[in-house]
Order: sequence, then C-alpha cells, then structure tokens
Amino acid sequence: MSLYPGLDAPRTKAYTTIWTGIFFIGLILGMAGLYTATKSVDYVWRWYQVPDYFYYLDTIETVSEIDGMISGIETKDGATLVTVKNPGETETYTLPTESLLAAKGDFIYAGDPIGSQKKWRPGLLLYGLWITLKASFLAIILALVIGILTGLMRISDNPALKWTAITYIELVRGSPLLVQLMIWYFVIGTLVNRLVMDLGFSKIPTLWFGILSLAIFTGAYTAEIVRAGVQSVNVGQMEAARSLGMSYFEAMRKVIMPQAINRILPALAGQFISLIKDSSLLGVISVRELTKITREVVTSSLQPFELWIVCAALYLVLTFGFSLLVQRLETRAM
Amino acid sequence: MIRAEQVNKYFYAPHEIHALKDASLHVASGEVVVILGPSGSGKSTFLRCLNRLEYAESGTISIDGADVLDPKANINTIRAEAGMVFQSFNLFPHKTVLENLTMAQMSVRKRSKAEADEKGMMLLKKVGISEKFNVYPNQLSGGQQQRVAIARSLAMDPKVILFDEPTSALDPEMVGEVLDVMKSLANEGMTMVVVTHEMGFAREVADRVIFMDAGRVIEEGTPEAFFNHPKNERTQTFLNQIL
Repeated sequence: MSLYPGLDAPRTKAYTTIWTGIFFIGLILGMAGLYTATKSVDYVWRWYQVPDYFYYLDTIETVSEIDGMISGIETKDGATLVTVKNPGETETYTLPTESLLAAKGDFIYAGDPIGSQKKWRPGLLLYGLWITLKASFLAIILALVIGILTGLMRISDNPALKWTAITYIELVRGSPLLVQLMIWYFVIGTLVNRLVMDLGFSKIPTLWFGILSLAIFTGAYTAEIVRAGVQSVNVGQMEAARSLGMSYFEAMRKVIMPQAINRILPALAGQFISLIKDSSLLGVISVRELTKITREVVTSSLQPFELWIVCAALYLVLTFGFSLLVQRLETRAM
Repeated sequence: MIRAEQVNKYFYAPHEIHALKDASLHVASGEVVVILGPSGSGKSTFLRCLNRLEYAESGTISIDGADVLDPKANINTIRAEAGMVFQSFNLFPHKTVLENLTMAQMSVRKRSKAEADEKGMMLLKKVGISEKFNVYPNQLSGGQQQRVAIARSLAMDPKVILFDEPTSALDPEMVGEVLDVMKSLANEGMTMVVVTHEMGFAREVADRVIFMDAGRVIEEGTPEAFFNHPKNERTQTFLNQIL
C-alpha cells in the first residue's frame, strides 16, 4: 500500500504501533517455541563449543626422535637449541625458550616431549568459510565475464555467435546445477585430468572444476540479464553514438554498457547471491567448503543444532555483505 | 556536399511499407535545405538514410564524395563528417554535459583531453550554456538539452549537420532558443538539412525547401516560391492546413 500513498486515508499512529508490536511478539513467540521444543527432545545446547571451530588454542609438542641424553641446551636469538645424543647419533631441535620441558642431563626415550607450546590456529569453520568465499568470489568474476560476452553474442546478428549463445544458455539453464557439477567433475574432470597427466602436468584441483561449473551455470543467467539490460537502453543512445562516428563496440562500451549495468545491478546482485548459496553444493565433489565442513564437524561434535545455525548465519554474513557492497555501487553510480 | 539519387526504402515489420519512392536530394556546400511534409511522408526516414541510420535498399547516396551505401565503406568516418541532431536529444545521461561533448572527440577524432575540453567549452559558450558544463543532462530543460546536442555534433567539426525535427519535443517557449542557435549556424555557412514543422524557420533561413508526401519528393524550390506560389495541389492543401 505504501507503493501507492495517497490512494487511501493515512494510517493512524496506533495502527503502526499495534502492528509493530504484533510483529515482535510473533518473533519472540517463535523463538521461545523453538527453544521449548528442543528442551522436550532433551537436546543439550553447547554454544561454548562453537568458538573452538573458529579459532582454537593448539598444543604443539616437540618430540625427540631418538633415545639419548640431552647433552646441551643453548639459547640463541630467543630460540633454544636442544641437542640429544647417544653413542650412535646426534639430533638437534630448535624450539621457543619458554616451551622447554627438559633439562640438561635428562635421559629421554624416542617419543618423549622436549618442549610443548600453545598456538592459536584458525578452526575448521573458518577454513570452510574461506573456501566458500574464495570459490564464490572467483566464480562471480568469471560469471560476470561470461555473462557479458554471451549477452552481447546473444544480440549479435552473426548466426554463429548468436546460436552459440542460445545453445549455451538453454543447455545450462535446462539442467540442475547438481547434475552439472557431477558432469564437470566426473566426466569432464576425468577426461581433462587424464589428458593433463598424459602431458606430464599435475592434476587440476577439484576446486577449479567447482568454480568453473558455478561460473558457467550462473553465466547463462547473467547473459540473459545483460541482454535485457542492453535492450532496455533506448535505441536512440546507440544511434547518437554511432552518428558521432563511434564504432559499434566503442558505443557499446562507452555508452550502452554503463547505462545497462547500472539498471541490471539489482538483478545481478540477486543472481550472485544465489551463486554464493549454490556453492554449498560443491561439497558433493569433495570441495571442503562451509557446508561440507559443517557436516564433518557435526559428525564429530554431535552438536547439529548450533552448528547448522552457525553455518546459516555465516552464509547470511556473506550474502548480506555482498548486497551491501552492491547497494554502495548502485548509489555511487546514480 | 550531399547527393542522394532515386533512393528507395522499405520497412518490412509489422507489414511492408514502401517508405521512400525514388527520393532525390542535392545539397551544396553551405546550403540550408528544409524538408517539409505531413507525418508519415518519409521525411525523417529520408534524413536517416543520408547517414545510414537506415539502410536504403536502392539508389545512391554520397556525402562529400563518399559512397554511404557501399558495404565496404568505413561508415564511421563518413558519419563523423555528418552530425545528427535528434528529436529526443539522445544525450548520454551517464555523462556530464562537457563529457557528452568530449567523448567522441577523443575516441573518434583522437584529440587529447585538454584539446577536447577546450573545444567543448568553446562550443558550450557558443550555444549559451557554458556555466552548466558540469551537470548531468537530466538536470537541464529540453531546450538546453537540445542546444547541448547541437554542440555535441558541432564538436566533431562535421561538414554537414542533419536535424531530425529538433524542436518537436520542446515546450513552445523553448523552441525559440534552439532555433536561434540553428539560425546562427546557418549564418556562419554551415551546411544543414533540417526536417521540421517550423514554417517560420523554413521561410526565414532555408535556401531551399523540399516537400515530401507518401515517400516522394513532390515539390522543391526557394522558400519564396514554395510558400507563395506552390505548384503541386498536395502542397497547396498542406500549406492551407497549417498556415
């Protein structure tokens, strides 16, 4: 109704207050309901475990590899050199001074710790988030390039270019992403890796097949958005540019595209947010992105409620961050 | 400067129309030719055929000796010599007024930015809106936009300018400012082909008037002869209706 202000009498203040209140009451009731429901199935919430999957304190032990006597401990530039000696062999280990556990003259067996130190390390969820971010970012860039090129091919009057674009778009849009991932990894991946290895190079990492299939999938949708954007720019713009003597591509790049991109930014943002979420499927070709990592962590921790909620929240952070970025671009471009 | 002989043009969608029937036009250097005619008579189509915004099916068209209809001709260099001013201005909305004037100068004429800016400012001063050089076209009135559009085509130093109903989309009180700019151009000796409904302009500025109806050029002459002693019966009815 706010789309058409002035068509109806304005709302009273009480109306707004009451319905805002009802919204929040509904929200609170929903959350309370969820909480009591989990109580009734005897689920024990352990939120305190979650931070460990982001960042945790790891214990690193330096272990002697031989039996022997510690024959010397020297401190040099903040590090300590420990020498273990037996009649047959000598080994020297370097470790931070404060982590030292042994003293000179101690007799130790192989496997005994000489020192132990603690270090903060990024947890599994953070690693998964990083892979999701990396895959999405690269796939978005690639999809944008593919989309713009294919979109322009789609409106070209060259039959080869035009029909290539149409074939690609229809083919890609006509099958599920999950199936396409399988084809990229198990069919094309196998063939390409076979070829690459025959030529004496190392295998192409699975992640790249994932990124490529995401980009090619989203590229088809992007192409149609780009085409619609270009077609929405008044023909007069192209005529004006061409009548000044600019070539087709020059006019496209300097006059049509900037205006088209501006208009399709919201649609592109939606498409790329879909891509970020679709990257959760890469788990099926054993890319360890956020969803697959969450599944792994759930298996070991047995805390599915917290972890899946956290997983969803992390995707929300990514997609919301992305849409804020696009909104900034949009206001700047206007 | 412009020679168009026996030009034929068809439109096929939504149904076949024979838009131009053996239309011919000669424009000498420095001449101002006004094309008049009722709507649908093909006058805009004829004008658009001259710089190949529409591809004429048969006939010959040349601008300054260059064959426009030759598929091997570099149409971009030909178009750079023939400026065009549109009914709906068609300024680039994502560029400022000055950028509208400098973009093609730099990319087509290969001028430096400083050179293009200088030329652009000079032309904006000439059409009387130099103080608005840094605003976007949608902040200008229709008359101002059209003057910028004229300055934009002048920036390419064209040998001829084609005007496609330049005042038809304007509020009545803004028509005058655009016509004034066009008059001063004509006085400076610019070659102009003008499709318009402004009879006053035709009478005052034109060296020659051409009357078209149903795709044919049916009368041609000096404004004096055309307005006062029209020969063709169709011309007489047209003039009776509008004067």
